[in-house]
Amino acid sequence: MRVSTYIKKWFPVFALPTFLAFTLAFIVPFGMGIYLSFTSFRTVTDARWVGVSNYVTAFTENSDFLHALWFTVQFTVVSVVLVNVCAFALALLLTRAIKGTNIFRAIFFVPNLIGGIVLGYVWRLLINAILGKLFAQDITYSAAYGFWGLVVVVNWQMIGYMMIIYIAALQNVPGEVMEAADIDAAGFWAKLFHVTIPMVVSSITICTFLTLSNCLKLFDQNLALTNGAPQNETEGLALNIFRTFYNVRNHQGVGQAKAVVFFVFVAVIAYLQLRLTRSKEVEG
Amino acid sequence: MNTRQKTFNVIGFIALLLAAILWLVPLLLVVMNSFKGNLFISQSPFALPDSDSFMAADNYTSGVSRTGFFAAAGWSLFITTCSVALIVLLTSMAAWYIARVKAWYTSVLYYLFVFSMIVPFQMVMFTMSKVANTTHLDNPFGIIILYAGFGAGLSIFIFVGFIRSIPIDIEEAAMIDGANPWKVFFTVIFPILRPTAVTIAILNAMWIWNDYLLPVLVIGSEYKTIPIAVQQYMTGSYGQKDMGGFMAMLVLAIVPIVVFYLSGQKHIIKGVAAGAVKG
Repeated sequence: MRVSTYIKKWFPVFALPTFLAFTLAFIVPFGMGIYLSFTSFRTVTDARWVGVSNYVTAFTENSDFLHALWFTVQFTVVSVVLVNVCAFALALLLTRAIKGTNIFRAIFFVPNLIGGIVLGYVWRLLINAILGKLFAQDITYSAAYGFWGLVVVVNWQMIGYMMIIYIAALQNVPGEVMEAADIDAAGFWAKLFHVTIPMVVSSITICTFLTLSNCLKLFDQNLALTNGAPQNETEGLALNIFRTFYNVRNHQGVGQAKAVVFFVFVAVIAYLQLRLTRSKEVEG
Repeated sequence: MNTRQKTFNVIGFIALLLAAILWLVPLLLVVMNSFKGNLFISQSPFALPDSDSFMAADNYTSGVSRTGFFAAAGWSLFITTCSVALIVLLTSMAAWYIARVKAWYTSVLYYLFVFSMIVPFQMVMFTMSKVANTTHLDNPFGIIILYAGFGAGLSIFIFVGFIRSIPIDIEEAAMIDGANPWKVFFTVIFPILRPTAVTIAILNAMWIWNDYLLPVLVIGSEYKTIPIAVQQYMTGSYGQKDMGGFMAMLVLAIVPIVVFYLSGQKHIIKGVAAGAVKG
């Protein structure tokens, strides 16, 4: 308690600067965002209360928003599973006595440092080159190309990051545990499911959480790779909201309402995921 | 090691090698095509540059001049370094206050910061750019403050988690010796925080350097960062025609990241792992 009382009156020095920046960049915009979702506005100052009509419009005007929601859900489910399975497999390989693990680790991690916009265009070149050679088509030809293209891009980007986290977790598993399993002559799969995975459940929680929230919020890669083409078939939620704000006339209110729905959706999913995997951690 | 494990490791090595090649192909393809003429990029993207298609540095000079690439790189560098420095300084101080002062408002603040981490940017993008306009933060200097505010959540969360693991006796001893909180923080606490500060710096640098939406909405009408330059090049009238220049831009956008990575690989990988474990 000494330290607490000693520094308490130093709030203006230590906490106030961050609090002010946080207020400007988050608290005020967040509060305004909630309020504006119930109004019709173009420049914020001309906001007029319209109740829930923006929310009704968002869902009923056309099917784009629901389509984007469904696209994001499918994309997220597929990507979260693939990214984590691949990252975990790589981590298992890279914690064995194999030559060149450091170089491999470095290579797999690189894409993570490159931004979504640049990554999206890099892959657009590659995917278009392949599709052009094989079928004389490009990525905007079919929604399936865009969907799986996006899955590939995100896997290429996130696997390295998750792999690093899994490697750190695997290296923390005590050697005696593995040796005991070896003495018991446990097979590879038995060891994996009954020893290794239970020992690293907390890293699975973290990686699932990170991939889940990143996939739900995906924007840059979506914009660069397909920009929603063909039509709006490969448009995820974040992109749909952005376009509602800036590409549709007089739809700022609807865009803000969609953003609130998006926020609630992401928050609920993230909360459920954490509760679900955390409960597994206790059992393990 | 028995023979079964040895075979397993050989197969594993081959699998890793194939995966590594797969990982590098997209990047090599862009580098390769950045030296080729436009027609050759669209007609034979997988061919190596030959005497017909080789453009030397022409794509680079045209790309650089059309996008104003160096100005964009300069703003990216300026905004990223200043924001990261400010975030590390301000949030470490705030985190110490939040972690050590027992009061209702410090817990409220803590949960607000944690809460902000889950909120998608689209929720605040329109209103934040309006706030930036009215408060005149819509320039490369003001945006630093916005980054400090929007990036505070994760940084505070990680710092607080770490500070709570530091025994409080050290601070108590320093205070009994008569040091004021300012001095205690900078001579005692901050040095202990340094590894965590490196983690925070790396995570935020990766985010801010690559961020597209926040800068394009706040300062995009007057200033460009690298992601903005790349995106505008492609959507503008040049992009479709001048694929060569665009490839060169992509390469130039990636080079600084690779240099950064090679110069601090150990710290970056450690930082990422540490950040996740604390998160």
